[in-house]
Order: sequence, then structure tokens, then C-alpha cells
Amino acid sequence: MSWVFANVEQIWELTLTHIGLSIPPIVLGFLLSVPLGWVAHRYAVSRSILLTVSGLLYTIPSLSLFLVLPAILGTTQLDPVNVIVAMTIYAIALMVRSAADGFGSVEPSVRQSATAIGYSEWGRFWAVELPLAGPVLVAGMRVVSASTVSLISVGSLIGVSSLGYLFIDGLNRQFTVEILTGIVATIIIAVIFDLALVGLGRLLMPWTRSSAKAQRRRAAARVEVAA
Amino acid sequence: MIQFDHVSKTFPDGTRAVDDFSLTIPSRQTTVFVGSSGCGKTTILRMINRMVDPTGGSIHIDDDDIATLNPVTLRRRIGYVMQNSGLLPHRTVIDNVATVPMLTGVKKSAAHAAALDLLDTVGLDRALADRYPAQLSGGQQQRVGVARGLAIDPNILLMDEPFGAVDPIVRRELQQELLRIQSKLAKTIVFVTHDIDEAFLLGDNVVILRPGGHIVQAGSADEIISAPADDFVADFVGANDGKRDLTVRERNGRRVAVDPSGRIAGVLRAEQPSDA
Repeated sequence: MSWVFANVEQIWELTLTHIGLSIPPIVLGFLLSVPLGWVAHRYAVSRSILLTVSGLLYTIPSLSLFLVLPAILGTTQLDPVNVIVAMTIYAIALMVRSAADGFGSVEPSVRQSATAIGYSEWGRFWAVELPLAGPVLVAGMRVVSASTVSLISVGSLIGVSSLGYLFIDGLNRQFTVEILTGIVATIIIAVIFDLALVGLGRLLMPWTRSSAKAQRRRAAARVEVAA
Repeated sequence: MIQFDHVSKTFPDGTRAVDDFSLTIPSRQTTVFVGSSGCGKTTILRMINRMVDPTGGSIHIDDDDIATLNPVTLRRRIGYVMQNSGLLPHRTVIDNVATVPMLTGVKKSAAHAAALDLLDTVGLDRALADRYPAQLSGGQQQRVGVARGLAIDPNILLMDEPFGAVDPIVRRELQQELLRIQSKLAKTIVFVTHDIDEAFLLGDNVVILRPGGHIVQAGSADEIISAPADDFVADFVGANDGKRDLTVRERNGRRVAVDPSGRIAGVLRAEQPSDA
């Protein structure tokens, strides 16, 4: 424990770097996956192609991706951009399917009635389909967030610093406390991100709260009637 | 006035849903399409706001050929009420009612004020304004659906089996409510149902359809019941099976009409009921 206190400054710095590396791929992954998922949902032909390709992306070993990307992007080996791009690719791999499922979860009758009352296709996407796909999108983003926060560590193997450094250094020094510190810090970040996503979802989708409340109220009423 | 001229619709899979349909729907009256499922009644209704485009023939609203109108603009001036309300589940009652006016550029405050008035019109408590559709009963949702259909004060209101999914008691309430609203607002209502009693109750004009959108008979309830065009209609309206037969009986010295199940349907009077 004394090691933790002695190195609190370095741990904090690594934590901030870790967070800094995690946020861009999560955000970019979302922004790129939503249109791809919509296309996959909208056009049957594209669905199988997009979902297969995005599924395959996830099978690329991260280490090899880190090594190949500098050649493709023209970045240096130590550039954090490599890690961010790699993580974005994984985020898309996970998220395109969720986004397609999310748009698929919108009741056809609601989509049809929105059209019937005079929404244009563009307006309907923003005002009806995107918000109603929201709960499934949030569920998908929670997986993406957890996966990104844990995978970022691998970047330390190629020298892009993050909490992963504590794993490598701890392993080299056969020092368990350092490894455990890395694990705990990673988990804390993942949990905070997860809570933030859930909170954001509740804030942006108040109707999901109230329908849960209404269901509870109805359930309570049934219990009273039964009693 | 809505005018169908030799309209047909063949879906991409080859189904001919509507075959050479011609009809003039008068303004400011309720016209009901009635028929069993698959008769094309919903397809015909949806052609009016271009949810479905015909593959043959033409449809005019007043003097406009609707094929030349922008579908989105057209839909924004035609009220639409569907089964299961079709409300947006993520919008509150008031927002649902105010949706279309706001799409057409009405300011939010004005749209909300008008929406509250409409809740009164359809007999809903204003306290429900901030609820979400899932928090309402089926009947209440349907009333919100009607309010939303009326929100832009359209000349034409399309109603696609709007009361099909609510229980019989609520359905009767909603039907009476619609009659009351219509007597006040006098919209051109086109209503689709498979319930012949509903058709007779609500329709100034009833159009009985056979598969393919073929008109078997069109006319007022009186005309259809008293002179069914053929056996199909007679069966459909229940004129053949004795369901609508009333027999006159003597009860306690008064002459009463008795329905087939033996219940008294009413008392006969000697004088003509006044038509005023």
C-alpha cells in the first residue's frame, strides 16, 4: 500500500492519460457506427455485408493492428493516434450491430405513423428513430466503453503509455501490488464511464424512466388489488 | 371533395390490392369504407395521403391531382388517426398533439396552447398533458390520437380502424365522442373499419368493399339495410340471418319491437317521430 502512496502522482498521471486515450475512440466509434448501423438496418443487402465485415474487424489481434497502423497512417510507432484509431475500429466492430439492432427495435407502426403525420425521412431519423433506438444504443455503448477502457492497456506494449504500463512494469519486477493497482484503476475508470453512460441515457431519454415508473406503479396497484 | 378515377394498385410482389376503383367522397361528411380484411380498404385510405402511390388511375383532392403534390407537405395538411394510436412513445401527450403544427412552423408556445384546447375537444383531462403514452389507457391514447389528427385543423381526417383495439365499452364512448366532434367541426372524414355496425353508426356514406377494392354497394345506412344490392351485402349487414329483424309484440297493452334474442328494442308509437 505504501507503494501506492509513494507513487500516487504517477498513478494519477497514467490514469488521466488512460482516460484521455479512451474517450476519443468511444465518441468516434459512436459517431461512425450510428450511420453505418442505420444503413445496415435500412437496406437488407448491406446488412449482412456490414455486420460480417464489422464482426471480422474485431478478430484482428490488437497488437498486430498497433504495429500495422503506423505504416498505413504514416504515423510514428509511438504516436497515440495509432491506439486511438485501433480502438475506434474495435468500437465500430462492436457498435455497428448494436446500432442496427437499435434501429430495428423501433416499432414499424411508430415509424409509419410518423411518416403519415408528415415527417420527412431526415426529420423522422432525428426526431423518431434515433431517440427510440436510444436504449439499445446506450446498451451497446456500455459494452464499447468497457472494452475500450480495458483494451487501451495493450498500447503500453508498443510504448503508448497508459495504466497498462503498471502491468508491464509490475510483471517485469514481479511486483503484485503494482499490477493490482493497474487493475483497480482500470476498473474504476470503466465503472465511472458506465455510470456516466447510464446517466446520460436517463437524462436524454426521460420517457424510459417514466415508463419504468409507470410499470412499477401498475405492478404496485396489482399487488394492492390482490391484497 | 376527394375523387378516385379508375385507381388501381399492384404491389411489387404482384398482389393486386385495388382494381379499377372509382369513387367521389363528398366534403364535410363521414365516408366509411367497410369490408373484411384484405378488401383493400386500408390501401385505398393510404392513397389519399400518398402513404401508398397508385399504380394506375388518378386521385384528386378538390382540383389538385395529388400525384403532383409533395407527399410530406400533403400529409401535413391531412389528419391521420390509426389503430393503436400510433403516438410517439418518447413524446408527452402535449408534444404528440403539437408535433405536426410545430413541423409546419408554428411556435412551440402557440402549438402547446392549441394542443391543450384540443385535449378539451376530445374529452381528455388537461392534467394528462405531461404524461407519456405508455402511462395512458388504450381509450385515452386513442383520444390523444384523434386530438393529434385534428391539431392542424385539417379539412380531411383519415381514420384507419381507430377504435379497433379498444374494448367495446370504450369503443362506444369514442364513437359517440367522434359523432359529437364531427357535428361541431364537419370535417371530411374517411374512416376504415371491418365493423358494419360502426360503419352504419358513423357513416353518412357507407362503402362496402369486396377484395380488390371492388365497391359492392355505396349509400347511406338506410339505403343499404333496406335494399341490399346482393346476397353478399345482405349477409354482410346481417339482413339475411335475421340479426336485424324486429318483430312487433303486444306487452302490457303497448306495442313493442323485439329483436331476435327476445330483448325489447323499443316501443312503437302511432304518430311519426318528428324529424326536427
